[in-house]
Amino acid sequence: MDTQLLSYIFVGASFALYIGIAIWSRVASTKEFYVAGGGVHPVVNGMATAADWMSAASFLSVAGLLAFAGRDAAVYMIGWTGGYVLLALLLAPYLRKFGRFTVPEFIGDRYYSDIARVVAVICLIFISFTYIAGQMRGVGIVFSRFLEVDISTGVVIGMAIVFFYAVMGGMKGITYTQVAQYCVLIFAFLVPAVFLSIMWTDNPIPQLGFGDRLNDGSGLTVLEKLDQVTVELGFGAYTAATRSKIDSLAIVAALMVGTAGLPHVIVRFFTVPKVSDARKSAGYALAFICVMYTTIPAVAAFSRLNLSESVNETPYAEAPAWFSKWENTGLIAWRDKNDDGVIQYRAGAALDPVKPQFTETRGKHGERTLSNQPTDNANEIYVDRDIMVMANPEIAQLPNWVVALIAAGAVAAALSTAAGLLLVISASISHDLMKRTLLPSITDKQELLFARLAAIAAIIIAGWFGINPPAFVAQTVAFAFGMAAASLFPAIMLGIFSKRVNRQGAIAGMLVGLAATVSYIVYFNFVAPELNSAKHWIFGISPTGFGTVGALLNIAVTLGVSRMTAPPPAEIQDLVDDIRIPAGAGVAHHH
Amino acid sequence: MGQSNDPADSKIVAGQDGPETVYHHDEAENLPTHSHHDTETLTEERLKSYWQANIKVLTTLLAAWAFVSFVCGIILGDWLDQFRLGGFPLGFWFTQQGAMLCFVVIIFIYHFWMQRIERAHGVDDDDNSAA
Repeated sequence: MDTQLLSYIFVGASFALYIGIAIWSRVASTKEFYVAGGGVHPVVNGMATAADWMSAASFLSVAGLLAFAGRDAAVYMIGWTGGYVLLALLLAPYLRKFGRFTVPEFIGDRYYSDIARVVAVICLIFISFTYIAGQMRGVGIVFSRFLEVDISTGVVIGMAIVFFYAVMGGMKGITYTQVAQYCVLIFAFLVPAVFLSIMWTDNPIPQLGFGDRLNDGSGLTVLEKLDQVTVELGFGAYTAATRSKIDSLAIVAALMVGTAGLPHVIVRFFTVPKVSDARKSAGYALAFICVMYTTIPAVAAFSRLNLSESVNETPYAEAPAWFSKWENTGLIAWRDKNDDGVIQYRAGAALDPVKPQFTETRGKHGERTLSNQPTDNANEIYVDRDIMVMANPEIAQLPNWVVALIAAGAVAAALSTAAGLLLVISASISHDLMKRTLLPSITDKQELLFARLAAIAAIIIAGWFGINPPAFVAQTVAFAFGMAAASLFPAIMLGIFSKRVNRQGAIAGMLVGLAATVSYIVYFNFVAPELNSAKHWIFGISPTGFGTVGALLNIAVTLGVSRMTAPPPAEIQDLVDDIRIPAGAGVAHHH
Repeated sequence: MGQSNDPADSKIVAGQDGPETVYHHDEAENLPTHSHHDTETLTEERLKSYWQANIKVLTTLLAAWAFVSFVCGIILGDWLDQFRLGGFPLGFWFTQQGAMLCFVVIIFIYHFWMQRIERAHGVDDDDNSAA
């Protein structure tokens, strides 16, 4: 059977599964819609959290990021995963004890203020839409590459599927779908990784093979070989760090605090029965994530090695089949600068502008011709970083059902994250904005209706962004983490660990943290992008790492303002006392 | 059961927030309005020492967290590269796998350590004692 037909079958079968789960898990109350009734087993929640958090980018792009940036990209790995420690130790158990439905709800209640609640809702919506636009785009891209439909059609199909299970099943539908999606995506990611590892080292465990000796008899380890090859080709050594330490520390801290403040991840811990389950569940979530995240660096190393070894100095006519296949999709481009018919892979961008612009004709070796100007370095190829995952099955010469599996896995990764984000958006609108702020008298049924309508509206907006992606999508990821780090995380953490912080402090802190972070990111990405380099950054901290400074500002302002104003009322202090004790969490409920 | 409406829990630890807390609210307000089978047996001292034990656990584990990520991964990363773990330079291994694996271990240690402390202080949420 050909790959495309298999891809249709695999993706189609996974969709049938998701829809089946949606029908089985229809919900009738807001409690089920927001927190799946509060009865999700901690292992199940851990798996759902892993799928919730691992996005299309985790699946397709992070391996490529690591493959090309080597050790410097490891700050992302440490930052994203380290956030779970903060989440498990500082937020999850207490928020579970608080026992309500949403993140803005905690902030609004703890700081006895509708303003605080609304500020939190705005942050949440901005963070979530930033994220979700990328997911919808991801679904579209996967469809267009594997199933050869255009991106817009792919986005619409993705919208329809998410609509089905998120609107019908709410958190309950999303939870069980995410479990299925985790299984699909982890299997799809591991299979090619195992074969790549065997191909280079005979070791079937990629995490170990990555540190093993090559099976070519040279006696070199994978990393020694990789360092040798990258240095030979004019790149820095693969295992050497080049980013400044201060910037690395800031980026790691910002991503950690940002991850711990992501609303769609936090709410997953509202769904378990008990406080101790929230802690346990965070451990399972990170363990499930690490199954994939410890495989990613191995995949990165093997694919980088493969790119250098099988493509460099190979005549175009003899290049491996995947090279021209992915050239046809526009993810690889070759410009024969020295006119020798041989592919040279070297440091530096081959083309100006960096992204290839293909013309309709073919060059004398059969390659796609480009309208880009050649740059004056010796590098002749452009390689999109997503290739490092997508071309793996072909590189490892695996049967074409594995390619189909990758398609289903990538779609699963994108949909699971999109659905989790849609839920927090709809819950923050129907619950925090409608029920808790604007229309407190609505019934549970009406609120559920609002939640569903909000989910529908959010899907449509997210789909629109997926079809018409704003040009700045790449930079906005820094926004999402920076905002979560500078606004939500400090407000929640201080609300638990200090009884003295009050309404005035929290609101002032969130606004100052946000304003500082957002203006720094906007300034360096949009106002003066030409100044976006280490010597212009404050303390040498890049916009991606500035969330750390925002969070520190937030904490300083919150504590300072709180000290100068009246302490919170007695019942709020009682509430804080209460959430610090695990006993008696019960299930999530209204008061 | 509305746990945050239940003054019994809160009475016992009110005002135990260290130097942060300047507010001492009326004790009488916090007296239980109804008997509650969980909290009847709790003493103020026990809850105070529970929270202190919790802060100690957090400080210890967050120090470990910062050590494996910031120190081993970044600050001492280059220096650690002179040591090897199998085929990995040690500092490099921490950035690619080691820190992540330590994070998982830290969270599970936290879970089991807290469970022991909570049982010892009678504030656990085990099925036989939770409401």
